[in-house]
Formats: sequence, C-alpha cells, structure tokens
Amino acid sequence: MNIHEYQAKELMTKFGVPVPKGKPAFTADEAYAVAQQLGVSKYVVKAQIHAGGRGKGGGVKLVNSPEEVKETAARMIGMTLITHQTGPEGKIVKKVYIEEAGAIQKELYLGMIIDRTTKQIVVMASTEGGMEIEEVASKTPEKIIKEFIDPVAGIQDFNGRKVAYKLGLSGDLVGKFTKFVKALYRMFLELDCSLVEINPLVLTKDNNIFALDAKINFDDNALFRHKDIEALRDINEEDAKELDAKSHGLSYVSLTGNIGCMVNGAGLAMSTMDIIKFYGGEPANFLDVGGGASKEQVTHAFKIILSDEKVKGILVNIFGGIMKCDIIAAGVIAAAKEVNIQVPLVVRLEGTNVELGQKMLKESGLNIIAASNMADAAEKVVKAVRGAI
Amino acid sequence: MSIFVNKNTKVIVQGITGKDGMFHTLQCRDYGTKIVGGVTPGKGGTNVEGIPVFNTVSEAVAATKPNASMIFVPPPFAADAIMEAVDAGIELVVCITEGIPTLDMLKVSAYLKGKKTRLIGPNCPGIITPGEAKLGIMPAKIHNPGKIGIISRSGTLTYEAVYQLTVLGLGQSSAIGIGGDPIIGTNFIDALEAFNNDPKTEAIIMIGEIGGTAEDDAAQYIKKYVKKPVVAFIAGQTAPKGKRMGHAGAIITGGKTTAQDKIETLESVGIKVSRSPAELGQTMYDLLKKVKAKKASAPKTKKQVKKAKHVRKKPIKKMSRKGKK
Repeated sequence: MNIHEYQAKELMTKFGVPVPKGKPAFTADEAYAVAQQLGVSKYVVKAQIHAGGRGKGGGVKLVNSPEEVKETAARMIGMTLITHQTGPEGKIVKKVYIEEAGAIQKELYLGMIIDRTTKQIVVMASTEGGMEIEEVASKTPEKIIKEFIDPVAGIQDFNGRKVAYKLGLSGDLVGKFTKFVKALYRMFLELDCSLVEINPLVLTKDNNIFALDAKINFDDNALFRHKDIEALRDINEEDAKELDAKSHGLSYVSLTGNIGCMVNGAGLAMSTMDIIKFYGGEPANFLDVGGGASKEQVTHAFKIILSDEKVKGILVNIFGGIMKCDIIAAGVIAAAKEVNIQVPLVVRLEGTNVELGQKMLKESGLNIIAASNMADAAEKVVKAVRGAI
Repeated sequence: MSIFVNKNTKVIVQGITGKDGMFHTLQCRDYGTKIVGGVTPGKGGTNVEGIPVFNTVSEAVAATKPNASMIFVPPPFAADAIMEAVDAGIELVVCITEGIPTLDMLKVSAYLKGKKTRLIGPNCPGIITPGEAKLGIMPAKIHNPGKIGIISRSGTLTYEAVYQLTVLGLGQSSAIGIGGDPIIGTNFIDALEAFNNDPKTEAIIMIGEIGGTAEDDAAQYIKKYVKKPVVAFIAGQTAPKGKRMGHAGAIITGGKTTAQDKIETLESVGIKVSRSPAELGQTMYDLLKKVKAKKASAPKTKKQVKKAKHVRKKPIKKMSRKGKK
C-alpha cells in the first residue's frame, strides 16, 4: 500500500525523523491559511499524488508569499498531472502540501528496503540525491552505498556512521545522520514498511539534515495489525476494481486488453496472461482467486471481470489444488444467474474435484466453450473474441 | 531416491483442526503420507479422524517422533508456528500459509540460522515425491513416479508442469514449490543442488516469475554445477511494472526483475526456456530426446542398443480423462 508524501511526513515526524515544517491543503484558501500560519520567507507547493517525478510535470513550485501559495494551489488543485510514473492518462491533483523551503547545501539519497537474498533490511544511500535512483544504480553502481542491518541486533550507531562517512559527511552531521537513519529504521520495523525512500535527503546551509521528499510503501500482508495505516489509504489513487477485489480477498490488477481472466494461483494467472498474448490476444486483467476462495468470492470475481466494459471474452483457467473445481463451477453458475453474460466464456478446469466441476457446468445449461488444456483455452478465447467461434 | 521427502517421512500437521488443514491432512494421508500427529493449541487430547492432536509441537515430537511438519496456521500466527517447529528440532518444515508479513519472515530466517531445520515456503504448495509422500496441497493424481525434478515459485503452475509431463509419459522424482513470497526458506539453488545430487533425477524443470533476482542466481549455479538438462519458464512476461501480481514477491521493481531479463540470463547460460507455459512438458520431452540421441550416437554397448529400442517414438498425445474416472 502507498500513501501520500504529506502522510509519510506526518508518520516520520512521529518517529523523530526531521522534515521541513509543512501542512496539506485541499483548497486554495486552505493553502493560503497554511502559508500564513507557517510564516516563512519561501514556500514550496507540492501536488499530492501517488507518483514520483512531480517536479518535471509541474507539480512542485517554489514561491515567495502566501498570496503566491494561494495562486499556485488554485492552479494545481484539479489539474491533471502527468509524470513518468502516472502513465499517459495522468492523475488529478486533489490536494497540495505547503512547506517551508530551506537553504539547501546538498541533496542526497536515502532508502530502506528488504533484501531478498540476504534476508535483511538494507540501507541504501547515494550522493546523487534528487536523481532517479534506478538510473544511478544501472549507470554508476559504485555510487550506491549499501549497509545491511542484522535483524537480531537491529540497527547500530556504527551502521549509520559507516554510511555517513561514505557519503562524505563530517563533523556533527555524522551524528545527526546516524540519528536520522536509526529513527527511520525504527519506523520501518514498527509500521511494517516494505520500502522507505527519502529522495532527496537534504543538508542545509545551517548544518541540518531533513527529508525533503518521502515515500513509504507498506507490506499489504501486515496491514491486519496496522488499522491506523490502513486508514491512510486514498481510494482516489487506486483502481476501483482493484479495491473492490481486495475487499473480497481477491487479487486483481487492471490491464488494457479485452480478454478477462479468472485464474487460481498467481503464477498460473500471470502465465495465463502470457499465453493469451502468445496466441495474439491481450489480457484485460490479472485475477487470482487464490487458494481457498468460497463460491461467493468466485461469484464476485466474475462480476468484477464483467463490470469491465473492455472485456469481450472471458477465460477461466483453474488448476485445483486447495481450490476445488466444483467451487469454481458453483461460483461461475451463480454469477451467470445474477449477471447476464453476453461475451464468450471459455473454461478450462483441472485438478481437485474436476469431474464434479465439469459435470456441474455441463448441467447448468450455460453456453460455455470447454477447453482441454491451457493452450487450447487461450487459442479458443482469442478466436472467440475475434468472432471466429 | 528423491529430494527432501520419501516414504519414510513422518509428518505432523500444525493447524490440523482448521478447515484447510484438516482437508489436506486427510488428502495427504490418503496418498500414503505417514501423518503421525497434529498440533492446535487448546485442542490437545482430541483427534482428527484418528490422528492425535497435541497442544505444542514439542509434545507432538515426544509422542510421535516426526521428522517433518506441515503448517496450515493462519498468517498472523504462522511465523510463530514455524519457529515452534524449529525449536522442537523438526528437520523439515513445509509452510503452506499465504500472507505472512515479510518482517515476520525476516525474524524466522534469522531464527533458522545455525539450526538443522530446512524450511520450504511459505506461501507454497508444498512438496511431493510421487508414489511415496505428499506434504502439501497439490492434486495427487496428476503425478507419476519418474525422473524429472520440478522446482517452482508458483503452486498452480507447478501442477500445470507436472500434468504436462504426465500426459507425455514423463514421471517426476519430486516436485517442490518454493513459494511466492519475497523471503522464503529453501530457494532455487538449494533445490537445484538436491536434484543435482539425486541419482534418480535425470532432468529438471525450473519455474520462476517476475520480481527479485533468484532466477539469475539459479542460472549462475546451473552454469557452474548442474550437469543435468534444465528447462525453465518465467511467468509474468506481460506483467506491468510496479504492480504486485498476487504473490507478494511477484513485482517488477526495476533492476533485472522483469521476465525478459530473467529469460535472457537463463538462455545466456544455455538453459532451454519455454516461451509458452503450455509447452513446458513438450520442451522437456524434446530436450530429453535430443540428449538421448546424442548419447546414442556415441559408441554403444550391446545392452544400450537393446535398451534404446524401448524409447518411445511419439509422445502419448493425451491422457484420457475418461480413463481417469
């Protein structure tokens, strides 16, 4: 799960990670009030959307007075911001963040992620602040500093010092940086983060360190123990169908094609998309009904697929393990009763209780194109969508 | 021979009294797996269809002497369950549970260090040695004993591969699902090493997916150590960047984590990569035929000539569904 910059900064403040003074605003008048309250000489107005690259897209502006803050906020709120992370359709800006613009001496990069290979949290830092870190990593990998944290002992002062000196810091900045990283690590653990990124981390002319930007991703698997974090979810930033699926325990991702897929298991769901493409079609979605889905979940999954107007055909590909084929069949039949299926439906069932599932589908009287294997299913649905079956 | 599990594996089930736990325990027992006990805190002293249930793993160990545990405990309590099994000295822990917080698994990984326990999973279908033992949720009857080893990050895609092999008359030595989470116990390299050392395994299918760099590490390992033919598949060739595709670990995050990157790396070390998930079995079949033909063209002994006559010329096209009823 993602949150906005302003929310990330609020959380970081709670953990003692220094950030510039600032507040969010939903209207131009609110922005004006926030600026007056801050009462500083320079302000930054930042569009709050779940995507990076806002500066280049015109979503970050430096201004000098509360009046200018108001004008800028009026322009930004409601605008469609297009960055390299939003896709060509962009995102509508619903709120802005107004903060104090400090005198920046130097911009650095600081990130924290879980390293799969070493099974440790790794602190990543670079002197190339403000840049796309992936680009830095691929072009100049020597400029990425990595410090692995022992999961039992947790982060130590020396971890922070090592990174600080490698970044070229000296004097009391070393201690300030160490304190910063330790606070960030504590937040990472306590909030079950999957990624924290400060880009840029800035050194000011008066010898301070703070997070100028902040990005936090949370582990979806751990949200059950962080109701307060779950509450920060901004549904405007998420796909309605994906949210709907999530609330029913389904895993759904919208894509751009016209063949709806319902599959069990993430690997099989991904490769079902792949094989549709292999036969010349385009998948409309990724949908994993998971291991232990109920008939009601399957029915709901089917409705989500059908609610996508792009869908011109549906492929159900099930290889039952935990998932029993008869449950899938019952769900498909129930969904078909509730929603009138106007598009071709290709079904391939295999695995646990396959005979029962096939029998149920056959006796349901539904107009189903049966497929004997994955390739056959993909070929049939691609043909059916083209009107060839 | 086989890897990790065989007919002598004695299994307890943690979370045996839950809906999925109970269903699959009985399925495994029906398959012939030696299920000797179960654990559910608070339900000690009861039984599930004759299988004794204990309050703690150590009680179950004392009473039933298992060497493996299969875990169906819900995600919030699963890490605790794994560590309890490790603490009790169980050699093999297979964790089926999906949705365990990643930071919990970091703790588990640290806890496992220096211990003798092998963890398979979590978020995996388990492991099967056809004809001997099944510790997991895979549909039993698609498997046949044989000589192909299968390693996969995905459950259902493993079934797909197994089924395709079985239809072509190729059995499996063992099939292991290593799990779709970012932090797992047994990884590709561990399983590759085991299959490489298993005399019964003649060839290996490796199924990866987008996210992480485990497949690249595996490719380097195969290049260096594995002498057996390997066929690979990478799921997620059409997956968009930055979206989690079901599995917590299946997300393209930049770096070399796309399917295309992984396919290129695998092919660069001479591994045969099937582009279509429906052709995994056939790709293996063709590769084995080529390997055999190569061997056959080498000078033969009389015995080998006789044996070669029994090599099947054409694949059996289809496993009759009616025949299976």
